[in-house]
Amino acid sequence: MSVISANALDLTFETNDGPVHALKGVSLDINKGDFVSFIGPSGCGKTTFLRCIAGLETPTGGTLTVNGMSPDEARQARAYGYVFQAAGLYPWRTIGQNIKLPLEIMQFGRNEQNQRVKSVLELVELSGFENKYPWQLSGGMQQRASIARALAFDADILLMDEPFGALDEIVRDHLNEQLLALWARTEKTIGFVTHSIPEAVYLSTHIVVMSPRPGRITDVIESPLPKERPLDIRDSQEFIEIAHRVREGLRAGHLDE
Amino acid sequence: MRRLVPVLTVVLAIFAIWYVACVPMNVREVLTQAERAGAEIVPAAAAERRDAGALGLVLRNTAHLGASWSMERAKLPAPHQVAVELWDSTVGEEVYGRRGIVRSGTLSNRSLIYHGGVTLSATLFGFLIGTAAGVLLAIGIVQSRTMEMSVMPWAIVSQTIPIIALAPMIIVVLYSLGLDRFLPEGIAGLLPKAVISAYLSFFPVLVGMVKGLRSPDQMQLDLMQTYNASRGEVMRKLRLPASVPYLFASLKVGIAASLVGAIVGELPVQRGGLGARMLAGTYYGQTTQIWAALIAAALLAALLVFAMGWIERRTLRSMGVQA
Amino acid sequence: MMLVIAALLIWAVGWGLNIWLANGVYSKSGLTQIAVPVIFGGTIIAMWELLVRGLEVPGVILPPPSAIASAFASSLPILWGDFVQTIVKGALSGFAIGLAAALGTAVLVDRYDFLKRGLLPVGNFMAALPIVGIAPIFVMWFGFGWQSKAAVVVAMVFFPILVNAVAGLQDTTAMQRDLMRTFGARYWNTLFKLRLPAALPFIFNGLKIAITLSLVGAIVAEFFGSPTQGLGFRISTSVGQLALDMVWSAILVAALAGSLLYGVLVLIERRLTFWHPSQRG
Repeated sequence: MSVISANALDLTFETNDGPVHALKGVSLDINKGDFVSFIGPSGCGKTTFLRCIAGLETPTGGTLTVNGMSPDEARQARAYGYVFQAAGLYPWRTIGQNIKLPLEIMQFGRNEQNQRVKSVLELVELSGFENKYPWQLSGGMQQRASIARALAFDADILLMDEPFGALDEIVRDHLNEQLLALWARTEKTIGFVTHSIPEAVYLSTHIVVMSPRPGRITDVIESPLPKERPLDIRDSQEFIEIAHRVREGLRAGHLDE
Repeated sequence: MRRLVPVLTVVLAIFAIWYVACVPMNVREVLTQAERAGAEIVPAAAAERRDAGALGLVLRNTAHLGASWSMERAKLPAPHQVAVELWDSTVGEEVYGRRGIVRSGTLSNRSLIYHGGVTLSATLFGFLIGTAAGVLLAIGIVQSRTMEMSVMPWAIVSQTIPIIALAPMIIVVLYSLGLDRFLPEGIAGLLPKAVISAYLSFFPVLVGMVKGLRSPDQMQLDLMQTYNASRGEVMRKLRLPASVPYLFASLKVGIAASLVGAIVGELPVQRGGLGARMLAGTYYGQTTQIWAALIAAALLAALLVFAMGWIERRTLRSMGVQA
Repeated sequence: MMLVIAALLIWAVGWGLNIWLANGVYSKSGLTQIAVPVIFGGTIIAMWELLVRGLEVPGVILPPPSAIASAFASSLPILWGDFVQTIVKGALSGFAIGLAAALGTAVLVDRYDFLKRGLLPVGNFMAALPIVGIAPIFVMWFGFGWQSKAAVVVAMVFFPILVNAVAGLQDTTAMQRDLMRTFGARYWNTLFKLRLPAALPFIFNGLKIAITLSLVGAIVAEFFGSPTQGLGFRISTSVGQLALDMVWSAILVAALAGSLLYGVLVLIERRLTFWHPSQRG
C-alpha cells in the first residue's frame, strides 16, 4: 500500500535570474515500512522534495498525497516526524522539555507526556539525560535527541533531511546502526536525504538517485540486502555492486548537462 | 516603494491621531472661548465643566469645537500651527523680521536657526571632547592591564547612573569658577553645556572603542608577532584600523547623546539654545514654541545621525570595507 | 601643602599596588578582580578629600567626600522621600507601563508585515531623538506630580524596548520555524514556545538601556516642575542654595538607585536567559 505518492510533481521558484526548476516531473510511490533514501548532488531537489512531502513547500504542478491526504492536511494531522540537518533543540529547554514540545502543542495529557519522553529516550539510548540542557551534550547526542523529538508523537512517517551530515564518520556509523535497529522495531516509513553513497546503501530498501537542473529522478534502485544488516555488510560484494550502480546513476545524471 | 507606502501610512496615521487628539485636549479652553463669544455650552456652569470628562464635553458640544485647531495657547497645538510657528521662527524671522539676518546682518535671537546653532555648537564641541577622551582612554585600557582592571568596572557602573543629574551642578560650578576671565567669550559660554555633552558621549565611545580595539583575533595578533612588531605598531597597523567600524557604531549613539546633553545643559542657564527655548515656552505657556523647539531638536538629531552615517559609509568605503 | 603631598603619595601607593596586583601571579583570581577597582575607587576618594582640604577648595565648588557623607547621613529621611517620589513613583511606574506597551506593540509589529515595514523605521528614527524634550509638554499636561514624570519615562523607554523586542522576535532561524510547522503549531504556539523565549536576550538588552533612561527622564522632568520632593527638585533647589553637599547626596542616591536597578535586571536576565551563549561564559 503506498503511503506517499507523487505524480509528475513540478516546483519552480521565481528568482531575479529567471525561473529555477527545483523539481520537474517527479513521480514516486513509497510503501508502508519502506526506508527510502534520496541521493544526488546539491541542487538536485532532494531536500525540496522532502519539504514538499512535509507541506513546507507547495508544488507548482502535479499531485502529491500523504496517507491519502494533501501534504498540508497531513501536516495539520501530524502525520510525520521531521528531523532537520541540525538538531535545532531549544537551548532554554532541557532535553526532556524539548521532546515534550510537540506533545504540548498537540495537547497530550501530562502523564502521557512524561511516559512518552521516557520511552523515546530509551529508544535513542539517551535515558538519564532528560534534565540536561542541549548545550551540555555532544553533537551526536543532540541529533539523537532531535530524532527522539520527532518520534515522540508516534507518527507513522519519519522524514529526515541529512540528519547526520554534520557529524564525524565514527559517530555517523554508530547512529546509522542505531537508526536501522529503531526502524526495525517501530516499522515506520522513512524518507531519508543524504549525500553519502555508503550511508544510502547501508540504510535503505529503496535508493532514489536524483540530478539537478532541472531536479529530477534518474534511477530508483531496490536494495537486495537483507533487513538484518551488521556494519560489516558494507564490505560484501552485493553492497559494493549497489554502491557502484548508485555512482553510475549519479554520473549519468551529471553527463546529461 | 516597499517601505515608502507603509512608512507614509504610519506617518499619516500619526498626524491623524494628532489632529483628533487636539479636540479633547483643547476642549475646555475652546468651550470657554465659545461661551465668551455668546454660544450656549452644556453644562453651562464653569465649575461643573471643570469636573466633567473631556470626552463627555466633546460629545455634548459638538457644534462649538471649530476652534480646536486654532487656539492661541492650545494645550496641544495642531500640526499646522506648529509648522507655521516653525516657519515664522526660522525663515519668517530671519528674512522678513526686523532683527533677521537680511535686515540686520546678524541672526535674530528670536529665531530657531540662532538657537539651533547655539545648541549645535555646544553639541559638536562636547562631542569632540567626549570622543577624544573616550578613544584615548580606550587605547590606555587596551595597552595597560592595570588601567583596564582599575577603570573598566567603574566605566561600566557609570553607564547605569543617570549622569544627566549632574548637569545643573556642573554648570553652576563651572560658572562660579569664573572661566569667562580666562577663555575667549564664545568658548566660555559653551563650555558648561559642552562638558555635559562630552560626558554623555564619552561612555558609548569608550565601550565601543575598547570592543573594537580588541576585535582582531588571535591569529592576526600572532601574525604581527611573527613580524616582531612592537606594541605601538600592533596598535597602529592592526588594532586601530580594525576598530573603525566599532567606533562609528558608537559615534552614532554618542552624537545623539551629546545633543541630549547640550539641550539638558541649556535648561538651567537661560543663554540661548533649543533647551532654553523649551523652558521659556513653559514659563509663558507658549506651547507652539515648545513644540517648534522640540521639532527643531528632532530635525537636528536626525541631521547629525544622518551626517555621521554618511561619514561612516565614506570612510569604510575608502578603507575597502563592504558597508 | 602636607595634605597635597599625602594625596600624591596615596595615589602613588594605590596605583603601584594595582600595577603589582594586575600583573602579578594572582591577577586572574576573583579577589584581585574585585580588589583592583575597589583600591582605585578608594584612592580617588582619598585624593579628592585630601586635595580639597589641602588646596582649600571652597565648598560651593567641590565639597570633600566627608562633607557629602555627613550631609547624606543627616538627611536620610528627606532623601528617602525623594527616592520614593522620583524612582518608585516616577521612574518605575513609567518603566512598567512603557515595557508593557512596547512588548504589546512589538508582538503586533512582528505579526503584521505592513506594520513592520511602516512602524519600524519610524521607531528607529524616534529612538535616536532627544525625547527628554517632551518633558516640558508632559509637565503642562499631567501636572507637577509623579504622573507627568511617569509619562515622560514611558515615552523615553518605549522605542528602545520596541526596537530591541522586534529584532528579538525575528531572531529565529528558518529551521526553527519549519520545525514548529511540522508540529502543526498555531501562531500562538510559535509565539510563546519559540519567539518569545528566543527574543528574551534582545529584550533584556533593551531593558538595560531603558532602565537608565527611565531615571534620566524622571529626574530631568522634575527640572520643569515638581512637588517639593524628588531628586530632580532636590538637585535644582540645592544648586540654587549653593548647598553642593546636598546636591552630591542626591546624585549619590540616583547613582545607587541606578546601579541597584541595573543589578536587579542583570540578575533576572541571568535567571531567564541562562541558556544563551553570552550567559554561559
